[in-house]
Amino acid sequence: MLRIEEEIVVNNRHGLHARPAAIFVQIANKFDSSVMLKKDNEVVDGKSIIAILSLGVNTGSKVQLIIEGEDAQEAFLELKNFLESQDD
Amino acid sequence: MIKLKGISASGGIAIGKAHFIGKEEFSIPKRDVPYSDISLEIYKLEEALINTRKELINLQEKVAQELGLTHAKIFEAHLLVLEDRVLIENIIEQIKVKRVNVEYAFSESIKRYKEALLKLNDEYLRERAIDIDDIAKRVLRKLLKVSSNISEIKEKVIIVAHDLSPSLAASLPKENILGIVTDIGGITSHTAIIARSLKIPALVGVETATKEIKPSDMLIIDTLEGVVLVNPSEKIIKEYEAKLKDYIEKTLSFYIPKFAKTITKDKKEFIISANIEFPEELELVEKYRAEGIGLYRTEYLFLGRKDLPSEDEQYKAYFLASKIAKEHSVVIRTIDIGGDKFLDQKDTPNEMRPFLGWRGIRFCLSRTDIFKIQLRAILRASCNLNIKIMFPMISGVEELRAAKKILEECKEELRKENKKFDENIPVGTMIEVPSAALTADILAKESDFFSIGTNDLIQYSLAVDRANEKVAYLFDFGHPAVLRLIKNVIDIAHQNHIWVGMCGEMAGEPIYSFLLLGFGLDEFSMPPPRVPQIRHLIRNISFKDAQQISEEALKYSNSKDLELYLKTEIRKRIKEFDLISAFL
Repeated sequence: MLRIEEEIVVNNRHGLHARPAAIFVQIANKFDSSVMLKKDNEVVDGKSIIAILSLGVNTGSKVQLIIEGEDAQEAFLELKNFLESQDD
Repeated sequence: MIKLKGISASGGIAIGKAHFIGKEEFSIPKRDVPYSDISLEIYKLEEALINTRKELINLQEKVAQELGLTHAKIFEAHLLVLEDRVLIENIIEQIKVKRVNVEYAFSESIKRYKEALLKLNDEYLRERAIDIDDIAKRVLRKLLKVSSNISEIKEKVIIVAHDLSPSLAASLPKENILGIVTDIGGITSHTAIIARSLKIPALVGVETATKEIKPSDMLIIDTLEGVVLVNPSEKIIKEYEAKLKDYIEKTLSFYIPKFAKTITKDKKEFIISANIEFPEELELVEKYRAEGIGLYRTEYLFLGRKDLPSEDEQYKAYFLASKIAKEHSVVIRTIDIGGDKFLDQKDTPNEMRPFLGWRGIRFCLSRTDIFKIQLRAILRASCNLNIKIMFPMISGVEELRAAKKILEECKEELRKENKKFDENIPVGTMIEVPSAALTADILAKESDFFSIGTNDLIQYSLAVDRANEKVAYLFDFGHPAVLRLIKNVIDIAHQNHIWVGMCGEMAGEPIYSFLLLGFGLDEFSMPPPRVPQIRHLIRNISFKDAQQISEEALKYSNSKDLELYLKTEIRKRIKEFDLISAFL
């Protein structure tokens, strides 16, 4: 089983707030792999909107993206791409 | 009778009884659940979540149909909360471990998340706590089998509330809602937008509405006066009923036959055109019979994306606008980025005073790479000969010259490439900085036309930030300084034989349209729904009259007296004026 862990700077214009967080969760849920987000030693389930919202990720925040599973590679690329883009 | 003042968020007159939508407080019972009933509690949770989901999807569809997809997206995060596995697992765990009933487990779990959000040092995220609250209430209603007091509305009523959440506003049974009155809120709130699109008269920011109004009080909302009348006399109700009936009959007559020009009674022609911000609005040009597009904003092409729009993409957008305008013209404003709109995080300078900073033409002149692509696209789209270019935020003639020089370079490039364009494409200056208004004589010699942008012109000349609610009251169309600047620009344009338009909000405010007509403004550009009423107004007065009145108007030292004077004069000429204004 594949495990990918990498630190990412969130560039998304509004950070991971309502709409972007919703999109993040939608992407994460497309994959079988588990998706975790870690910020300041707090780890939350990346497939949960409530968990992500309560993590409080602003634009410019550094987060650790931890993905584990068969399709980890694809999931990682798509999520990283989303976090680093400025679209929302 | 009590008269309460508020802000008109959606125009109209409404007469009816007050119906309160209060803050919903649920009392959540806590019960011990025997082991044998645990699966029943979990089943109840699933059922409530599924039903709430159905309800929200219906609501989202309704909003998408009535207001468009952008507004429907506000419910996306709501829906994800319902499917949130962390939340659901948490609730189930509580039911299983603590042996509590589902209602209690649900509200405790939600409470924890809400508190976590409220603690965050971020205004936007704290507001999301309200969304979670909104969705939680929907689920709780299902669990407790209580209905919202919205579904109790069985007769036509006027809604009175402290505030309305967008999901509540969108789920109102439209056919039974005559009007909306709220204590708080502004004209840009989701509630106001929803009210406008449903064409329900709404008065927001009434402050004491829920205190002064009692359930079932008789109310009249009059958005023209910006008041709600509480328990008016029979006589007043009759008066308003007549107004309402009259309006409904007259509404249709505002829709002027397609090619009829906007001509005053003494045969002077004016152009009433539309402001377009998004491509979806283009169809409104035809629908509301606007005479072309007086302001085509191009920012939508650039914002909310990572890359820049290509020349071809822009060309297609501009060409489409030119086609839609048919025999009329389209004034394309080159990209006005900066102030409060930015292209990209990386380009966002950390400015102390962004409205005095790197924006409009200043941005374009230093990012000629972006500017040139846009100018080339506009030029290429100009083959129908109805496109005009306008530069925003010009503060002096040097900027205009620099921008025109770049335009010439683009023309030369296109000639070399054998690409067709309008060689004589008119180039206008947007007058929105006081220095431009005061040097209009210099700018006029090098411009083919002017367009006055009142929002910025007023902000800069009165030193008022309209978004700051403490000083917003100073933002004033009728301030003598504003009127003098505008009059000066119009007179100078005419002395120099160029035409002058206005694409600010002021052009679509009936009493000011009347004043500006008297000043001789040639073109009025406004949000498309305002076009029919303003055309109707202009077709029913004489230019000579308006001229005399506007001369008199310049003598007023404050806008309150001025507006009263203008209203009185217009009422003398157009009997249905109040109705026209009330329904904007």
